[in-house]
Amino acid sequence: MTTIPTPPLTGRLKGLLALVIVGALVALAYRQTSFDLQALFTGAADFWRFFGRLVPPLSEMGTNWGAYLPQLVSPLIETLQIAYVGTFFGTLLALPLIFLSSANTSSDPVTMWIARTLLTILRSIPDLLWAAMLVPILVVGPLPGAIALTLFSLGILAKLGSETVESVDPGPIEALRAAGAGRVATIVYAVIPQIAATMVSYILYVFEINVRASVIIGLVGAGGIGFTLQTRLNFFDYTGVGLIILVIFVVVLIIDSISVWARSKLI
Amino acid sequence: MSHIEFRDVEVTYKTGLKALKGVSLSIPRGQFVVVVGLSGAGKSTLIRTVNNLVVPSAGSVLVEETNVTESRGRKLRRIRSDIGMIFQTFNLVKRSGVLRNVLAGRLGDVPAWRGVLGAFPRADIAYAHECLARVGIPEKAFVRADALSGGQQQRVGIARALAQKPSVMLADEPVASLDPPTSHSVMSDLKRIAREDGITTIVNLHFIDMAREYADRIVGMRDGLVVFDGTPSEATDKAFEDIYGRPIDREKDMRGT
Repeated sequence: MTTIPTPPLTGRLKGLLALVIVGALVALAYRQTSFDLQALFTGAADFWRFFGRLVPPLSEMGTNWGAYLPQLVSPLIETLQIAYVGTFFGTLLALPLIFLSSANTSSDPVTMWIARTLLTILRSIPDLLWAAMLVPILVVGPLPGAIALTLFSLGILAKLGSETVESVDPGPIEALRAAGAGRVATIVYAVIPQIAATMVSYILYVFEINVRASVIIGLVGAGGIGFTLQTRLNFFDYTGVGLIILVIFVVVLIIDSISVWARSKLI
Repeated sequence: MSHIEFRDVEVTYKTGLKALKGVSLSIPRGQFVVVVGLSGAGKSTLIRTVNNLVVPSAGSVLVEETNVTESRGRKLRRIRSDIGMIFQTFNLVKRSGVLRNVLAGRLGDVPAWRGVLGAFPRADIAYAHECLARVGIPEKAFVRADALSGGQQQRVGIARALAQKPSVMLADEPVASLDPPTSHSVMSDLKRIAREDGITTIVNLHFIDMAREYADRIVGMRDGLVVFDGTPSEATDKAFEDIYGRPIDREKDMRGT
């Protein structure tokens, strides 16, 4: 009789160890945050009461919501513009940093280290925190929002871009170096064609994220429909809040669908 | 006067591997040299010291009496622009068009801004088309590189190298990814163009029959050293067995037709 070879013990132990660690962390977090599934049910009554206020009685819906809708158009457009401007300038600033921070395109190790450190610092600050810091420094309105999203997009795109650049086929790069092409020309001819489609897809994805983020940062005064939402909440105007949430839901859904479709066409 | 001169070239990689252990060769202008040897013998390393893609840890390589090994920056780029190179895996930018791939061969000679903007002089564009015509695929100029067959892709590789107007051509296993008939037509194109333009050529090859057919001179390498240097008629089966350190394997060592 032949014996079936058993896989080495270390491999199976590693898997088991990972499982134990994940389990322990969950248990710890569960205790520390006093996470309680029951609250979801005991609080259900409050939830329904709150939800009920969001939706006006059917008879008043036409007049109430009809009066609100036109007022939401311009903050909504502002939200999209904040996201758009943030994505645009984030991309613009990310481009040079992508190549400076990638091992196969960087000019020297020192520049690469500086670029990478800068990006790590940028990424460690969340978008909401950027907005909360920039609003008091600058002004309440869309400007700090756009800057916050620029810095946020820059951090993500440079990281994703750098990983894409470092995974390109090195053959064409070697060929162009051998032909005596300079560093910038080598990047333009050998690297950019290889990463272009993936990068456009990432940029669309970051725009999707930015539309949602743009709503949230409005809550801390960075303009757009999030700011309107905050105002309505402060006035306990739940009918207005309900409509805004509905509108955000629809717009985000539409933009996500278009973006997902466009990205599927790219690669 | 030799065109390419290797002087006691040694290469030790960071891993500690000694790829070249002191190679000296003198290659006269216009010679078509085929370097043979098993994989790992140091052929690829040797060829890459000519354009300094691999920097020797000792010794030096001279092209046109200029020390390539000691050259850096702009000077090195000018030397490289005079040395064409083709590769086993073609190394084309697959998502770009054929003409753009060929024009990339001009990047060492045109000002940087022209290259980056793609604003090549008309003469350069015309020359790129001419190079494609010389390798027999003028009609493929506006096709994407990844739409071509292997043999056609290698011809684009040759056209890109030709676009440099080189005096030296390096070919690293140029036919190893191709089938036998395509291998022969690519090799004969390479040989014909080298003859017509008087280009000094170094080709790494594994196949004994192809080395004998196309070479003016055969250099045999084993374990980082030159162990044979002679004419194709001197490269007998016995000589190849010495180079490879084993009996000839008709399957592996012959390409046939």
